[in-house]
Amino acid sequence: MDWDALRVSLWLGAGTIALLLPWGIWFGRLLAVREFRGKLLVEALVTVPLVLPPTVLGFYLLVSFGVRSPLGQAFQAVAGQPLPFSFEGLLLASAIANIPFVVQPIQRGFEAIPLDVRDAAACCGLTPWQRFVRIEAPLAWPGILTAAILTFAHTLGEFGVVLMVGGNLPGETRTLSVAIYDRMQAFDDRSAGVMAAALLAIAVATLMATTTLSRRVSRRRG
Amino acid sequence: MADRRLSVSLRQPAPIPLEVDFTCDAGDVLAIFGPSGSGKTTILRTIAGLYKPEHARVRAGDETWSDTGGRVFAPPHRRAVGFVFQEYALFPHLSAAGNVITALGHRPRSERRARARDLLSLVHLPDQQDRRPQELSGGERQRVALARALAREPAVLLLDEPFAAVDRGVRRRLQDEIDELRRTLDIPLVLVTHDFEDVIRLATHLLLLDRGRAVACGALPELMSRPDLPWLREAVGLGSVFDAVVARKHPERGLVELTFDGGVLLAPERAVATGTTVRVRIPAREVILAASEPAGLSLHNALPGTVSAVHADPGVDNVIVQMAVGRVRLLAEVTRDAIERLRIGVGTPLHALIKSVSIDLITRSA
Repeated sequence: MDWDALRVSLWLGAGTIALLLPWGIWFGRLLAVREFRGKLLVEALVTVPLVLPPTVLGFYLLVSFGVRSPLGQAFQAVAGQPLPFSFEGLLLASAIANIPFVVQPIQRGFEAIPLDVRDAAACCGLTPWQRFVRIEAPLAWPGILTAAILTFAHTLGEFGVVLMVGGNLPGETRTLSVAIYDRMQAFDDRSAGVMAAALLAIAVATLMATTTLSRRVSRRRG
Repeated sequence: MADRRLSVSLRQPAPIPLEVDFTCDAGDVLAIFGPSGSGKTTILRTIAGLYKPEHARVRAGDETWSDTGGRVFAPPHRRAVGFVFQEYALFPHLSAAGNVITALGHRPRSERRARARDLLSLVHLPDQQDRRPQELSGGERQRVALARALAREPAVLLLDEPFAAVDRGVRRRLQDEIDELRRTLDIPLVLVTHDFEDVIRLATHLLLLDRGRAVACGALPELMSRPDLPWLREAVGLGSVFDAVVARKHPERGLVELTFDGGVLLAPERAVATGTTVRVRIPAREVILAASEPAGLSLHNALPGTVSAVHADPGVDNVIVQMAVGRVRLLAEVTRDAIERLRIGVGTPLHALIKSVSIDLITRSA
């Protein structure tokens, strides 16, 4: 069992949620409540990471993170190290790869709130922020929860993007799914089997947690 | 009360055409009546600041809420409106009390719960405070929505089809309760409906809306005695509406005696107390015109008056005759043939014959 890889995987999952969720809530809500020109294009772009082969996505991310790109140069100047093949670079890539998993469920969650309910909140004298905190977020909660779970599960399983952008540096960018591949290459079937079982257990636990939470939410709603 | 008047002026060619001007004084109920899709709800949403038409002026008392000319726009949460939405739009994750408390942000935190309890008692829901909307019946939800709308101490109360989703018995009770509230609140009340019974029972003023345009607007009795509203004639049938006082009851004859600004009417007995004001509606189709007072009929009501207007719509066979009976204007729908035989014109003295059972009595506590 590669404990470092497990640690990297869990940190990557949690970090991706922390980085992506606030933006996802803001952007998903925007797509749900606003009509604007080019909305269809924006929605298509949001979905792109879902349909691209991970290696293609990884390739483009690697190019845009490189020292010749403005982003790569900026990161190098601030952090003193290159962005590719670092945990930070992996985190950023993971966040981008997970955009559709976050934005879409959140958008559906906010879309499910009837217009009259949002209007009623305004007519109750609530400011836009109060409306969001007291009415909209609690009602869109199942969508937000789904987004977080999907992101976590998807990050644990991500392979192509991780390998392209992060490489396979122990303790830094080697995640559990990469470690399994690595062990199999070395004919270490036993370690690979243990780690595969660990990933399976995490996946089952995550899904059970989701079901319990969403049941609690729907019970609260009566 | 002019200082608490709501005045609204809206103009927009598209996408939802609007051409409306009206005012509503404190204590009055303005009913906006029209077919679905005529823009009724849009008018309410504009008053609340939820919709911005091209040209809008909305003033409540001495506050300007919208003035596209002067670039004034107060967002909905800065307008003291109470809005009862068509499907009530309660917050499903909050209890009845929680829904009301949401609209009590202007009160100190410590008072809110008690105030919510008072408001729910006011709408006759003292025991359902902790229930969620899903656990309430249609009528109970409506009452929570009303309590929530009142919680804000609104300067204007807006009701969008408030009785559309409740059954008949509940509807009558709610109508009476809103009528009662109207008199205690003393604020302008705007009611949107496509059910004419709501109008007759609750409205003091009426705005007829057709494809966003105000066809007619005015006090209910005046508007209902106009012979020239073919659109209203088609939608609900013409018929004059006026208020009368129960002067005497004749239980042995099964009748009540009503006095009004044009004389006395006999109507079938109903559970009304002597001295109360009732609203009377006489459908134009039920009125017979006679040149002289007839004898030997089962009839109770023969009211003398003079013809004040005769209106014929092109393409419609029957003619509407408006007759002045005291200060009330009655409408009668008769054939062209009857007009010729009786030589009816403006100024002709006639008797209006009304069967007592044709009289709609609408009880409203005074």
